[in-house]
Amino acid sequence: MKFITGIFREEMTMNNAHPNTRGKDRISTRPFWVMVQKEAADHARSWRFIILLGIVVLTCLGSLYTSLSNFTEALGKNDAENDFFFLNLFTLSDGTLPSFFVFVSFLGPLLGISLGFDAINSEQSKGTLSRIMAQPVPRDYVLNAKFMAGLIVVSIMFFTLSFLVIGTGLIVLGIPPTAEEFLRITIYTVLSIIYVSFWLNLSIFFSVRFRQPATAALAGIAVWLFFTVFYPLIVNLVLKGIEPSDFASPRAVYLYQKLKFALVQVMPGELFSEITSTLLMPSVRSIGPLTMEQLHGTIPGPLPPGQSLLLVWPQLTGLIALTLLCFALSYLSFMRREIRSR
Amino acid sequence: MEKIIELSGLTKRYGTHIVVNHLDMSVGKGEIFGLLGPNGAGKSTTILMMMGLTEPDAGTVRVCGLDPVRRPIQVKRKVGYLPEDVGFYEDMTGMENLVYTARLNEIHADEAARRAGGLLENVGLREVKHKKTGKYSRGMRQRLGLADVLIKHPEVIILDEPTLGIDPAGVKEFLELIVKLSREDGITVLFSSHQLHQVQQVCDRVGIFVDGRLLAQGDIGSLAAQLFPDTHMTRKIGLDEIYYRYFQGGDDHE
Repeated sequence: MKFITGIFREEMTMNNAHPNTRGKDRISTRPFWVMVQKEAADHARSWRFIILLGIVVLTCLGSLYTSLSNFTEALGKNDAENDFFFLNLFTLSDGTLPSFFVFVSFLGPLLGISLGFDAINSEQSKGTLSRIMAQPVPRDYVLNAKFMAGLIVVSIMFFTLSFLVIGTGLIVLGIPPTAEEFLRITIYTVLSIIYVSFWLNLSIFFSVRFRQPATAALAGIAVWLFFTVFYPLIVNLVLKGIEPSDFASPRAVYLYQKLKFALVQVMPGELFSEITSTLLMPSVRSIGPLTMEQLHGTIPGPLPPGQSLLLVWPQLTGLIALTLLCFALSYLSFMRREIRSR
Repeated sequence: MEKIIELSGLTKRYGTHIVVNHLDMSVGKGEIFGLLGPNGAGKSTTILMMMGLTEPDAGTVRVCGLDPVRRPIQVKRKVGYLPEDVGFYEDMTGMENLVYTARLNEIHADEAARRAGGLLENVGLREVKHKKTGKYSRGMRQRLGLADVLIKHPEVIILDEPTLGIDPAGVKEFLELIVKLSREDGITVLFSSHQLHQVQQVCDRVGIFVDGRLLAQGDIGSLAAQLFPDTHMTRKIGLDEIYYRYFQGGDDHE
């Protein structure tokens, strides 16, 4: 609470301090964009980013190749997905290499963590943070600029990749995507950016929290590993213990399935893969357990994009909430901290 | 004389350890004020509180009539601060670093480049201005730091141990530079150091700082009178005498 009133107080004094100095009190956002520009340029020039870009581009090329080489098979199948064959570029795989969207959900965290893990602590250890904080810029500009720069870099990268995949598909297949497919791909790209920005925020938080960049990077990777490897294991263990018998009432089975579904919803990776599979496969009509009653009378068929989006709205909200939570935590520990040189 | 920096009852604690203890101090406009004290006396913490980089537990700070706790941005617009052991973005040149600082102060890029060029000349870094700061020596970084502080045309500059790690010739040059700038542009300078003779060389007034308290402040003559009233100025007391009498064992606080 003290923190919030502190921020509020600063806000208030910025807005209406002394009537005669009001003009001078206004905080301009120009320095903010100067900082964003510098940070984004730093990213683009860094070896780290070039290496990551290389990894991402190579894996995406690989998955694109496998999906394209299997395309004729996919086209032959006569099902609802056939209407959206362009989306297969992102989801199809022959089993040797994962598909595009699986790659993105795997590499996204790595990208986010590596862009943010040394955001604040390296400035501190290089002695530049106290120098920047002695300039007339609000403290949160530093955090926001770091985040914004990462976001811009990731956005450019992902949009370029998605559009390159579309372009390659266009050239190889000779069939343009429909407006709906294009819309779905664009929404998918925006959501991948949100997913990466979650990891970016998490690693910025660790960079505020830990003084050593290596510790912050390790903490980020630990969280990632925990959620991709260990958390599902733990959930499995727990669920094994309370699994209802074959003769349990339908209600017990239903509740068990519900719990099973709810437990994995904490994982950011799971949220993201639900979002992407729903968006990229219009035939996905529900996530989580359904009763036979609910399925009764449904006609299998693709969902319109609005409905797909509505279906994953809770997951999307959850992902954004997690992102905001990390951001709030970084604020909390950064805004009122003492800034010493080195 | 108009007061530019005024501290009253300023206190800062870390846990139970009191770093700055009911400090009252003031610095007048255009003065070069030296904050002299052993390591760990609370000089840096006091400076951080003046810049709004840490919050005091009690007491008030006024810098240019503003409260740095409530209005840090306005204070930072008027005050230049050179942190102890200043760092620069090492993959940028000296010039680029200065222009970046200037642009954070909302100075237009052209004007920023013009000012940075002039300042680099003044601090004697003209030849290396297009070299990456990662290759700068300690003394060069310190001089670049001074240019960095001056680029916003401050009313006050606060230098925290600016001469640390520079060779004696460099120190002399650096101090002369500070005096020259202060006299020419009427900039108030607050200068912290644990090196007695440096403070003695350049400062109009000196505050002696031990264990978070100001033992005495004033010019060198009056300091002696404050600290040793019984001598009645019958013999000339140098600052070094004061220093050694009070700072004996001062390094224990490190």
